[in-house]
Order: sequence, then structure tokens, then C-alpha cells
Amino acid sequence: MQILTAVLALGILGFIFGAVLSFASKKFEVKIDPKIEQTLELLPGANCGGCGFPGCAGFAEAIVTKGAAPTLCPVMAAENRKKIEDLLGLNKIDAPEKKPVYKAALVKCNGLDTDEYKKFEYMGVPNCQAAVLLQNGPWLCPHRCMGLGSCVAACPFDAIKIGPHHLPEVNEDKCVACGKCVLACPKQLIELVDKEKTVHVKCNSTDRGAEVRKVCKVGCIACGLCVKVCAYDAIKVENNLAHIDYEKCVGCGACVAKCPQKTIIMEDKPNFKGRVAEIDEAACIGCTICFKVCKFSAVNGGTPKEKHSIIPGKCVGCGLCAEKCPKKCIKMIDKS
Amino acid sequence: MGAELIAIFIVAVFIENVVLSQILGLCPFIGVSNKIDSAVGMGLAVIFVLLMASVVTWSVQNFILMPLQLDYLQTISFILVIASLVQFVEMVVRKVAPALYQSLGVFLPLITTNCAVLGISLINIKKGYNLVEATVNAGGAGLGFFFALLIMAGIRERLDISEIPENMKGAPIAFVTAGLLATAFMGFSGLV
Repeated sequence: MQILTAVLALGILGFIFGAVLSFASKKFEVKIDPKIEQTLELLPGANCGGCGFPGCAGFAEAIVTKGAAPTLCPVMAAENRKKIEDLLGLNKIDAPEKKPVYKAALVKCNGLDTDEYKKFEYMGVPNCQAAVLLQNGPWLCPHRCMGLGSCVAACPFDAIKIGPHHLPEVNEDKCVACGKCVLACPKQLIELVDKEKTVHVKCNSTDRGAEVRKVCKVGCIACGLCVKVCAYDAIKVENNLAHIDYEKCVGCGACVAKCPQKTIIMEDKPNFKGRVAEIDEAACIGCTICFKVCKFSAVNGGTPKEKHSIIPGKCVGCGLCAEKCPKKCIKMIDKS
Repeated sequence: MGAELIAIFIVAVFIENVVLSQILGLCPFIGVSNKIDSAVGMGLAVIFVLLMASVVTWSVQNFILMPLQLDYLQTISFILVIASLVQFVEMVVRKVAPALYQSLGVFLPLITTNCAVLGISLINIKKGYNLVEATVNAGGAGLGFFFALLIMAGIRERLDISEIPENMKGAPIAFVTAGLLATAFMGFSGLV
């Protein structure tokens, strides 16, 4: 008899709760578009916020309900974006295919880290924001990278690590240019730059040249030599600091060779080696235009009608001659 | 009457703190105390569920189990009640207050398996509280849990940016902290 009441009591209790829950699930049903869930699965799921929405879930909802463009996600692989567009029927509209620019973070500092560049030894919490609060950081140069890795902590893709000389190194294969590190850096040293570009100004100091010299061996002193040497008008000195206009820069490296402070550097990128000019001698008429236009004295010749040739060691691959040649007989080829 | 209720409340918050002296609900205490934001969310959700659960379990005990002399079914029926209650609340909140659901969302289902809720419901019965006392006790326990979680989260946020020996990073230092925190809370014993 006892067992019967027990079973009955619990059974009825369970039944009541079950009934209430099933009633509630109908009564309080919230309809969710299954597309949101499917879209969310295709998103990277790192919740980096690069799209400007609160995490991947927020972005998925925005794509489906508010019509946000899937291209806002800087991280997503192209095939996943295609899948999302297929899912929502977006690619029915013939939108002009925009050439995707693959960017990566660039740290604009190359400072040394020996004791002579330090004001004091920083022993506080390993966090750049905290270090800046104390005397504007332990380095003599007020613009130097703190080297404490706030950008490393901010990176959701594990693409930054602190390398030698207390400077962050960006792994461009992992970097998706979400921009988290840009916001994290208290010195605003990080910029997102096209991955194909190899020539960079590794300094962010707006101090006058004499002051920069005192605190750094590789800082920009705003001498303007790079501006003069640039054949493409791609460098400007503003606020005592050289800026490269990446739209115009062809990566010739003329400024790298000229920079007395070695502030401008050329990265060695395996899939972007640089170029040299090559003259098709059969087509060359010896007009001397390439000879005159070359800023690096890398073209042989000079007397009219004499066929031109390139001096291998001197050509930096700026491509100016190829552009100016009236016979179009100069080609830019890969260095290798 | 009023003084007694206040005493119950103080005892529940400080002296018999759910986490730090009764060692209940350690899972969320360690799991959700990484950030103050989520700790606050979890703490509020626990207070809410504890209050509701203690009322309902008290009623089940006194109006169903006692008359039928089924006291030994206490644990299983309380689990049943709490689980369905949390489910029900989740559905209602999702429909009625989507914003609240967004902020509580993850934590509500977690509480289903939080032993603090079951523990407090059982303690209410064991101590022979009436409905008002049980509710006050549950509220106090919830607030105690909230405080413990908040203190822990605050400490852990600071631990994150301090230099900790490599082998103590993560859970080990969290457990040591929890132990010291519990020792500190022992100082409240004898307050009432």
C-alpha cells in the first residue's frame, strides 16, 4: 500500500509538471528562424567583434533579420561566405565582385631594448595599459612599444606573440585583421596593412629628430630623404613622421636603402619576393627614356640608338621604366 | 518575529554561507567566477531560482509529502520540482523578457544542476522553518552565494594580471584562493 502511494504521488507530480511544461512550451514558444542557427554555424565562432556586432551570434542574427552584409566579417573564409549567401539567397543579386584585401596587423615600432633605452625597470603587472600609467612607460622613447603584450592578450586568433627585443610579432597566416589589437594598444602602434605590402615605416614617434635620436637608434627623424627618393610620391612626412601611402607604394625599396636611421624596413615575404626589370632587346630602340627616368642608375646606355640593358645589382624593381617605355619592351619579372 | 527573521537572514548570508562554509554549489563558484560580469549574472539568477524553489519545495513537502508520509521521497521529488521549475522559468523569461533572457540565458539551465538550490531546500525542511522563514533563508543563501561569487570573481580578475608561478596558474590558484576565502568567512562564526 505504501509503495503504491509513493508511486502514485510521484507519478502524478511528474505528470503535472510534464503537462505544465508542455503547455508552457506551446504557450511561450519563441519562434527562431532556423537560418540564424545555420548562419551561426558557418561563422568562425571566435566572437572577435571585427564585424561590429556583439559576437558571432549577434552577427548571425543581424545578417538574417536586419540584412547585414556577410562581407562585414573580416575573418570568414570565402567558401563559408558563399554558403551563407546561398543560404539566404543573397548571391542572386549581381553585386560587383570586390577584390578582397587581405590585411594583417603591423606594429609600428622597431625599438631596441637594452638598458640604455630604459628610464627604469618596470616590475608592475604585465599589462601595457598599466605600464603607461606609470611615468608613461619604462622606455625613454615615449612612443616605444611597451612590449608587455596587451595586443597578445587581445588577439582571439593567437596570431601575435612577443618576440625578441620586447616587440610583438604578427603571424600573418593566422592574422585575420579583426582589429582587436589595434584597439588594445595604448600607444596606437598597430595598423592594419595589406598583407602584400613589404615596405613599412617602423616608427610612430612624432617627436622632433633631435629628440628621437636621443632615445632611439632606429626612430624616424623626419629627415625627408625617403620623400625625395620615392619615385611614386608615396611617402609624406607629417608631424615629424614618415607615412607610406600604401595605395601608391610599389615596394621598390628605394626609401629602405636611403633611410639613414633604418626606420623604413622591407619585410622578407616568401610569396612576395620583389621584382626586377627586364628589357626585350629586340624591341628596344634605344630612346634613352628608361635611362633618364631610372632613379637608381640601373640602366646601361645613354647614347641614342644604343640598346639598353639592366644592371642586375642596381635595379630595385620600382617599375618606373616599364611604365615610361614608349615601346613597352620592358617587363617586370620576379626576382627569382 | 522580525528579529528572528533578520537573524536567519544574517546567518544564511555570512555565517552559514552556502559556498564558503557549507561547500555547496562549488561548480558555478569555480566555473563562472572568471569575470565579474558573468558572476553578477549567475548570482542574480541563483537568488531568483533559490527564492522560487524554496517556496515550491516547501509547499510540496508540507502539502504533498507530509500528509502522505512520503518524507523519504524528499530528494527525488525536490530535484523534479527544481528542474521543471527552472525549465518553466526559462521559457517564461524567454517569451516575456528577451533582454533578461539574453543576460541570464546561459546561467539559467546551469542552475538546474546547482546543488546549492537543492541543498537549501532540504535545509529549510530539516530546520523546520515555516514558509516565511524558508523564503528568508533562501534569499539570504542566494545573497551569500552572490557575494561569494562576486568576491571570487574580483580576486580572479586581479589574479589574471599578476605574476603567478607557472605551475599554480589557472585552477590551482583558484582553489587556494577559495580555501583562504572560506577561512576568512569562518571569522563570522559567533556573530549571531
